[in-house]
Amino acid sequence: MSTREQAEAPSEPAEASGWTAAVRRRAVRELPPEKLLPDTQPKYVASWIYVFGVLTLAAFFVVLGSGAVLAIQGPSWWHASGTGHFFNSLHLWSVELFMAFMVIHLWGKFFMAAWRGRRALTWITGAVAFLGSIGTAFTGYLAQQNLDSQWIAVQSKDALNAVGIGGYFDAMNFGQMLMWHIVLLPAVVGILVVLHILMVRRHGVVPPLPLKSETTQEEQP
Amino acid sequence: MSRKPRTTEPDPYSFGSRPYDLVKEFTVALVAVLALSIALAAVFSSPDKPPVTIASWAKADGADFTATALAELDGSSGTAQYGPPYNNASQGQKLGPVALANLVGVTKPIDTANDFVLRPLAAAQPTLVSQYTNASATQQNTWTGAYSDALDKANGDPAKVTTGDYGPVPAMLGALLSQAQAGSLDGQLLTESGAFYQSDYTLPLLFLADGSYLESLAGHDHLTGDQWGMMNETGNYPGQAWLWLYTFWYQISPYNHSDNGDALVWGTMAVLSLLFVFVPFIPGLRSIPRYIPVYRLIWREHYRESSSGE
Repeated sequence: MSTREQAEAPSEPAEASGWTAAVRRRAVRELPPEKLLPDTQPKYVASWIYVFGVLTLAAFFVVLGSGAVLAIQGPSWWHASGTGHFFNSLHLWSVELFMAFMVIHLWGKFFMAAWRGRRALTWITGAVAFLGSIGTAFTGYLAQQNLDSQWIAVQSKDALNAVGIGGYFDAMNFGQMLMWHIVLLPAVVGILVVLHILMVRRHGVVPPLPLKSETTQEEQP
Repeated sequence: MSRKPRTTEPDPYSFGSRPYDLVKEFTVALVAVLALSIALAAVFSSPDKPPVTIASWAKADGADFTATALAELDGSSGTAQYGPPYNNASQGQKLGPVALANLVGVTKPIDTANDFVLRPLAAAQPTLVSQYTNASATQQNTWTGAYSDALDKANGDPAKVTTGDYGPVPAMLGALLSQAQAGSLDGQLLTESGAFYQSDYTLPLLFLADGSYLESLAGHDHLTGDQWGMMNETGNYPGQAWLWLYTFWYQISPYNHSDNGDALVWGTMAVLSLLFVFVPFIPGLRSIPRYIPVYRLIWREHYRESSSGE
């Protein structure tokens, strides 16, 4: 390095500029590695109810994996193949577990008033993910290509048409429902789940409610 | 006006901490859930009752098929009288004063006489179709009305219909029934748009839904609206149990007898969903956890340690 270059080089690296550096700084500030992947947790996290969050996430992975296997040979495969039928059963039961775990997790968080301490958005992303999961499961039932699909389609069309949605979101249009089921809605739920988990990691697990009421606004976000 | 100060929330780690392996916990959970899902799938499998086809319907219940085809032809079927998004025969449901369906309008136009009867017959029965379409609307109504009455008297059996002036209608419906039983109507209803690749089953499903055969099968499998409807599935499976609240409204008044029942249920569920999503901001609702102290059970160890430390 020349003398001139040495003179121009900063003795300490200046804060990098640009969008990338700004995003990196923000990400590290909000979620430093020890917060993102902690190896300790608050002492009050000592109940079985806490297990249902991670169980929901685990079931979500099984749902995605079994759905991916079903996607390999297309939506008709499982009707003609024993292996396909097994993976459809795996998909069905993992969805049942996913929804059951999520409902228990949700009730647990409700009774913890888990939106306290600037955690309202964590609650909202979880709640919308729950509603999105209902939509994803609904379109899955429509994409089964059997009597259930036919009946659910002709029944639900009346509700969708009643509020003016049916012309654009047609439960009887198999291709449209399949696309919503395997692309659009899982993407929405997946993004919400990621955001939800990042927010949990950022804010930490909500502390216990005080036993003696200290303020009338303890349950506010 | 001064803002109320935000309640300060303590740092979670100020309560003390203990070792925790996040990745290990997730891995164990994943293996456990996968094993449980495999066990449930292996033991209980999943339902797969074959779909009804137009052909299987026409073979199993030709009388219902013929009556439905006649209703499509004379414009008295459920689809013909539906309103938006299929036609303007009615206004559609209202939510209060707002007719949402009517506001959106006809986005999937369906002409039941043409789409379900005349067009599928056109290639094979051009003489019958032209005789019918060249007649005046009054003449068409006279033929279909007379044949509808005659079918009722014959308990729906075309073979037992007494002779009368029905024009080409009996021959048209007979030909359509033959096409349906042979299986060609299934394909015709899908390819009416002229496209080769198809994934939209709106036409055949509406035709099936206008008949009573599909509903009778659904009732046999506890799927109809008064049996908690589409949250169930065929066989003894949990189905979409999470739709219980949505389906619940259809079981009670005024939802179960209102002409606007579907719109009312959607309106109710929209309000409840908003309350659910925004519960952190709704005074009273957000304080329920304080009044139903499940939290004392969840954090009992923390409270015990806190009280012993005081």
